[in-house]
Amino acid sequence: MNLSEFLITPRDISRRTGPKDKIVISSRIRLARNIRSIPFPGWAKKPDRLKAAQLIRPAVESLAELKDCFSESMDNLPSLDKQLLVERHLISREHAAKGVGSAMALNKDETLCVMVNEEDHIRMQALRPGLQLNDVWQTINQADTHLESKLDYAFTHEWGFLTACPTNLGTGIRVSAMLHLPGLVLAEQINQIIQSVNKLGLAVRGLYGEGTEALGNVFQVSNQMTLGETEEAIIERLNKVLAQIIEHEENARIRLLEKKPKVLLNHIGRAFGTLANSHIISSKETMNLLSLLKLGMDLGLFPGVDRSIVDELFLVTQPAHLQKASAGKLGADERDLRRADMLRERLAGVSRPLDSISDESSSNTKE
Amino acid sequence: MLCGLCKQKNATVHLTQIAGEKMQKVDLCEDCAKEKGVDDPAGFSLADMLLGLGASQEMEEASGNSDVACPNCGFTQADFKKTGRLGCSECYETFAEGLEALLKSMHKGTRHVGKVPAGLRRTQDLQLRLNQLQSQLDKAVAEENFEQAAVLRDEMKKARTDLEECGKE
Repeated sequence: MNLSEFLITPRDISRRTGPKDKIVISSRIRLARNIRSIPFPGWAKKPDRLKAAQLIRPAVESLAELKDCFSESMDNLPSLDKQLLVERHLISREHAAKGVGSAMALNKDETLCVMVNEEDHIRMQALRPGLQLNDVWQTINQADTHLESKLDYAFTHEWGFLTACPTNLGTGIRVSAMLHLPGLVLAEQINQIIQSVNKLGLAVRGLYGEGTEALGNVFQVSNQMTLGETEEAIIERLNKVLAQIIEHEENARIRLLEKKPKVLLNHIGRAFGTLANSHIISSKETMNLLSLLKLGMDLGLFPGVDRSIVDELFLVTQPAHLQKASAGKLGADERDLRRADMLRERLAGVSRPLDSISDESSSNTKE
Repeated sequence: MLCGLCKQKNATVHLTQIAGEKMQKVDLCEDCAKEKGVDDPAGFSLADMLLGLGASQEMEEASGNSDVACPNCGFTQADFKKTGRLGCSECYETFAEGLEALLKSMHKGTRHVGKVPAGLRRTQDLQLRLNQLQSQLDKAVAEENFEQAAVLRDEMKKARTDLEECGKE
């Protein structure tokens, strides 16, 4: 099967909505599982990796949750397809680098994805737009329960699910949310937030960023500890912290509107100007400016424009998606040209932002 | 400030992690940060990196620097030091002693309290039932209540068959 035919179009995927999706881009939960006694993928020799894959893949494919899924071994996937999956956050970069013996399966809705022989024999994740960790947990928990009846999981009553890395031991769970926090970044409060979130034993990562700096003002918050706490308690803790971060972001936006409206308008107006009029633009600059455009849309500065256009541009301006939409192989320089063309074309129908922020838009800040 | 890993170049990447009451700081140069995947947000976790640094030492100390290899997969202490990962599920038993200390510094607790696979839950229940039946049987025999003992013996037989079937699944 052809992956590009299977994948949902960027337009349709960007139109999906979820609770609190002005700030929470997506919710995801991943579980790590292994087969008893077969060496973990990182240590296993090729025959053992193949043996594990032969056990796991049919079991995964038979899951009702993965009916009509896209299932393929990694050595059969062209690198461009792997990159597409990475840009959609469906597989990890590490998994994209894997070949013989590793595999993946993705359901039709792109809400459930299983990686076979990544760091662990099985890494499965469920994801949804907006803040809905509880629903995501239900999905992944159910899939896991069905899978455990077909496979001999490595599990002990003392230490729970045994994982290649002791940091994932126990529940093998990583609960995370991808957040768009331009308000906190502009208000220079983000470091303070990151520090207090760290103190609660949660990790904050810049999603596309180098080091701790996040491109596109996108941050990922997730649990670190997996042993000694139930899945529900971990999710609950995340939910509580996320609610607070959302509130801080909303407040930061309101304060910026009140105290520094011109600075805010300046950022957003310039971002629009650059995106709509460039002829050469890098992926990094694009993401940072699209973040400001998105903020402008959230604040009601682009009346009548569907915000999904920004989310779509976020996806289609990334290297693999850009390559997929073009005929002929693009080098990095050509991509920067092509990206600018695409942005000008898509933003041609969008009028420039309003000159002032109405009262109505500031009341829009809270959902 | 010098990089904590190569101790040669200037540290430009500073990471702080607070887990429980323990604060850990790492200062790295750009090259080491890259090598450790700090710039690769999809795969990076400070704990993973720390695991490779201080943690393997803890493991070594706890196991007395021995050359123990996992009987199932041949994984050794030295391999753990290199990779920060274990070789297979049996390694957890082989290196249990060293792991215990490591887990304490890493997690909320050292006992799993989350989900238990349904199959294993049944095994656990049956094992418990067998133990109960055995003590009842002992009591019945001691009281020379052989009628009761016969019933209990049949029940135990059934529970054992169930348990065996669970193991096969």
